[in-house]
Amino acid sequence: MSRLEIDHLDKSFGALRVTEDVSLTAEPGEIHAIIGPNGAGKTTLIAQISGQLRPDSGAIRLDGRDITRTSMPERVHLGLARSFQITQTLPGFTVLENAALAVQARHGSSFRFWAPVASEAALNDAAMRALDAAGLADRAGARASALSHGEHRRLELACALATEPGVLLLDEPLAGVGGEDADAFVAALRAMKGRFTMLLIEHDMDAVFRLADRVSVLVYGRIIATGTPAEIRADAQVRAAYLGEEEEDAA
Amino acid sequence: MAETTAPAAARPARAAALAPRVKAALVLFVLFALVPPVVIALDDPFLILIATRILAYAIAAMALDLILGYGAMVSFGHAAYLGFGTYAVAILSSYGVSDLLLQMLGAILVSALFALVTGAISLRTRGVYFIMITLAFGQMAFFFFISLSAYGGDDGYGLSQRSTLFGSRVLENDVTLYYVTLAVLVGLFALCHRIVGSRFGRVLTGIRENPVRMEAIGFSPFRYQLTAFVISGCMTSVAGVLLANQAEFVSPAFMSWHRSGELIVMVVLGGIGTLTGAIGGAVAALLLEEVLGMMTEHWRLWFGVFLVLMVLFSPRGITGLVAQLRGRDGA
Repeated sequence: MSRLEIDHLDKSFGALRVTEDVSLTAEPGEIHAIIGPNGAGKTTLIAQISGQLRPDSGAIRLDGRDITRTSMPERVHLGLARSFQITQTLPGFTVLENAALAVQARHGSSFRFWAPVASEAALNDAAMRALDAAGLADRAGARASALSHGEHRRLELACALATEPGVLLLDEPLAGVGGEDADAFVAALRAMKGRFTMLLIEHDMDAVFRLADRVSVLVYGRIIATGTPAEIRADAQVRAAYLGEEEEDAA
Repeated sequence: MAETTAPAAARPARAAALAPRVKAALVLFVLFALVPPVVIALDDPFLILIATRILAYAIAAMALDLILGYGAMVSFGHAAYLGFGTYAVAILSSYGVSDLLLQMLGAILVSALFALVTGAISLRTRGVYFIMITLAFGQMAFFFFISLSAYGGDDGYGLSQRSTLFGSRVLENDVTLYYVTLAVLVGLFALCHRIVGSRFGRVLTGIRENPVRMEAIGFSPFRYQLTAFVISGCMTSVAGVLLANQAEFVSPAFMSWHRSGELIVMVVLGGIGTLTGAIGGAVAALLLEEVLGMMTEHWRLWFGVFLVLMVLFSPRGITGLVAQLRGRDGA
């Protein structure tokens, strides 16, 4: 059984069809990347899978269970986590507090009003592990608002990891990250490969082809091809719609 | 604060930053405790009633700060809870229930119900709409008590006696009432302080910081915000119970929207999201009211000038000012 199954998803904003009959699956332990030009509807698709937006029709199943109408917080409790393309952290919290709060969501009741949360060892330890996996452990005491862009991207990842996901949706985790930072980030993702299923939306072709087991190409809300990185690279339709355009941009 | 489970560098900065504010609150409490001897020495017993009133409002302002400062919920109808507290005293004592704790319990039950219903509706909205809808509910409570002719309606209702404490009429003594009010303030401050630092408090503050993030890590903001709203309403009603005893009089004036506005002013003046600030804000606002009121009947004008200067030059209120003077960042 697929961990995540998207079944004939449709979504329109007025006359604009942003998601058109999208079907895809993510298998246990797999990294499935979704690529596509700007405006292809990648973020809208992630928003529907994570529960931020409701599709007009179609179904989303997590481990065989229909979650199409489940709220975003409930999906997290079922093991579906996401990171955002535009960083969404808690700016006044420290890095550790950001991650510890994500741990807290999955561990015990948050209707506890007396004991100081800052000294809960179980939360802090699990949060440190998530920060460590994302390469941010040395910044645990810093305010989130004081982080650099690259560090923010890592915190996004750490918070998603801290919810102990079975399926992780990554919305352009490398957006705006360049050079060595990007290499380290890709290495961190690769180290996590197999621990859970990842659905990766990414602009950085290099990273996608290094990480993904399978790639789907989204153009104007439709998936025009799905295959291994090698198959996608060789696909004439994909080259015409997308890769060719990238080369033109580069030129 | 000696727990070191995470590495030292990873210890939350917040816990350390909170300590000076707790110290400031303790200093305030000691000063409050010294008020009666000073007042007795000055031989002006009326001052003790003014001081009791200030402490009761400090409780209400602190309760409002819990949702305004930590939950980013600007309730413009919080005077309703003051009203529930005052009328709990009037109505229950007219039925022979004069015990302070039972009256507080009554006030808390009514307030919890009102906060639960109105909060559940208000929290469907955001920003200025939340302000407007809480104002509307506050006004509904106000007009309900205006129409309550058995308890004087618009004119209010004089209490024949103060509440009793464990069957004794000790509260008839102004100094005892003052110290009881101070004890309630200290107790509720401790409670608020623990709530803010608890799991629940962290979730509430997180929702203030970024609700989208909170949903993405698995929290539904609504239930936490509503719980905080109910807690705050209940605490405010306790202030109302004490206020009725201080004034020995209840009237819908306690729950007018001006009063709600004044509570917000106290919180902002003191510095939002600090608890201690709300207490200081209540003291500053009410002392200014008394002092300016003695000097001129147009005291509101000068109070307005002061407020504008405060917001312009110290947006973080008295707390921010104190932190600046002491040369450290209290945020």
